[in-house]
Amino acid sequence: MAKNNILKDTIAIIRKDVMLEFHTREVISSMLVFALLVVVVFSFIFEPGEHEQQRIAGGVYWMALVFSGLLGLGKSMLSETSGGNLEALLLTPTSRNAIFLGKVFSNLIFMFALQAVMLPLFVILYEVNLLSDPMMLAVIAATTYGFVLLGTLFSLIASRTRTREIMLPLLLLPVLVPILLAAIQATNAMVAMSPLEDYIKWIRLIVVFDIIFTAISLVVFDPVVEE
Amino acid sequence: MLKSKLFFVIDVLAIVMIPVALWFAFFYAPLELRMGAIQKIFYFHVASAWVGFAALFVTFVCSIIFLIKRNHFSDDLAAASAGIGLLFCTVVLMTGPLWARPTWGVWWTWDPRLTTTLILWFIYAGYVFLRKFIDDPDKRGKYCAVLGIIGFFDVPIVFLSIRFWRTIHPNVVQSGGGGLHPDMRTAMFVALGAFTLLYISLANKRVRLAKLEREYYTAE
Repeated sequence: MAKNNILKDTIAIIRKDVMLEFHTREVISSMLVFALLVVVVFSFIFEPGEHEQQRIAGGVYWMALVFSGLLGLGKSMLSETSGGNLEALLLTPTSRNAIFLGKVFSNLIFMFALQAVMLPLFVILYEVNLLSDPMMLAVIAATTYGFVLLGTLFSLIASRTRTREIMLPLLLLPVLVPILLAAIQATNAMVAMSPLEDYIKWIRLIVVFDIIFTAISLVVFDPVVEE
Repeated sequence: MLKSKLFFVIDVLAIVMIPVALWFAFFYAPLELRMGAIQKIFYFHVASAWVGFAALFVTFVCSIIFLIKRNHFSDDLAAASAGIGLLFCTVVLMTGPLWARPTWGVWWTWDPRLTTTLILWFIYAGYVFLRKFIDDPDKRGKYCAVLGIIGFFDVPIVFLSIRFWRTIHPNVVQSGGGGLHPDMRTAMFVALGAFTLLYISLANKRVRLAKLEREYYTAE
């Protein structure tokens, strides 16, 4: 019974977030434009027409995603805290698990939607076929999940501080170092057409990271969600 | 009463042991053949690194205790330990390049140990900032405890990831001293002991200060 409720409540929160975003499309569209902007600005690093751009494509893709993701996470949590929505949610008999998981999965949906548009545009701009290797989908899924999981946790924390905009990247980026490095290295290896055994360790690292921090988040998020 | 006496003894020992460690490093330990006097930095570098990393463990344990018991002491000690950890991490990151420049020819290299220490520094810095920017003591304790726990699990994964990354490239710098002269080892352990005493002494002062501050503000 209780388990069923958690699932139902989680889906209700995801639906709320997705519907809200669908009406305005404010956050996702601004995230997309910002991500593209990062890609364009980063392309000034190298001379046009050089192969250099293929060598660092993975880095540019993930940095653009992380920067726009930071903005999106901050905004998504701001809409919860500024209008007192989170307080209202906590007053209802909704379980905290459902609130946390709901936020994680709605953020995950936004990040996937963002990449569904960004990835083809990136392929055009950088002339690299990121999806030539189907394992890239696994890297995208696992890395985005890890980013969103800790991102949701830290954005909940950061939204209650006096300097929330700067606090989120300050807390999140150092902790994300392992999966960012792994995602960039794996992507670069795939762009360079390396065989699977060359980069499988990076995928393993991301998966291990995801498992460890899923377990830890489920243990520690309770005091973070409560008021 | 007994506790304050014990800490007084530790304070005095810390003050005495630092010059003793200096004496051991400069007069007792032999001069390194190839590196010369610059190698003396090693004793304080290693001792600071030990305290810098051990402090994270103390913060981690205290964070767990705080989340379960919600007592002031564990929060105070976690905060004190993170603050001192940041200090000693800074010392490691300053003494390292001073030694690396004449020895390796570069100030910095993206070696697993160096990079992990740098990331640890950022985690400590985030922790210290987070404490500053939350006014409500209960929230501050909870959020910082979560960061303390996540940081502790993150640091080994950071180390692992950087090691993966660097093994693709030729390893320019072989870290680890290998065969250390017995007298050098003695000097190193004296420095380790001295810095550990310093850590305990500083942590005790910060915990007491936090307690006094709280008493002052609640009395008002």
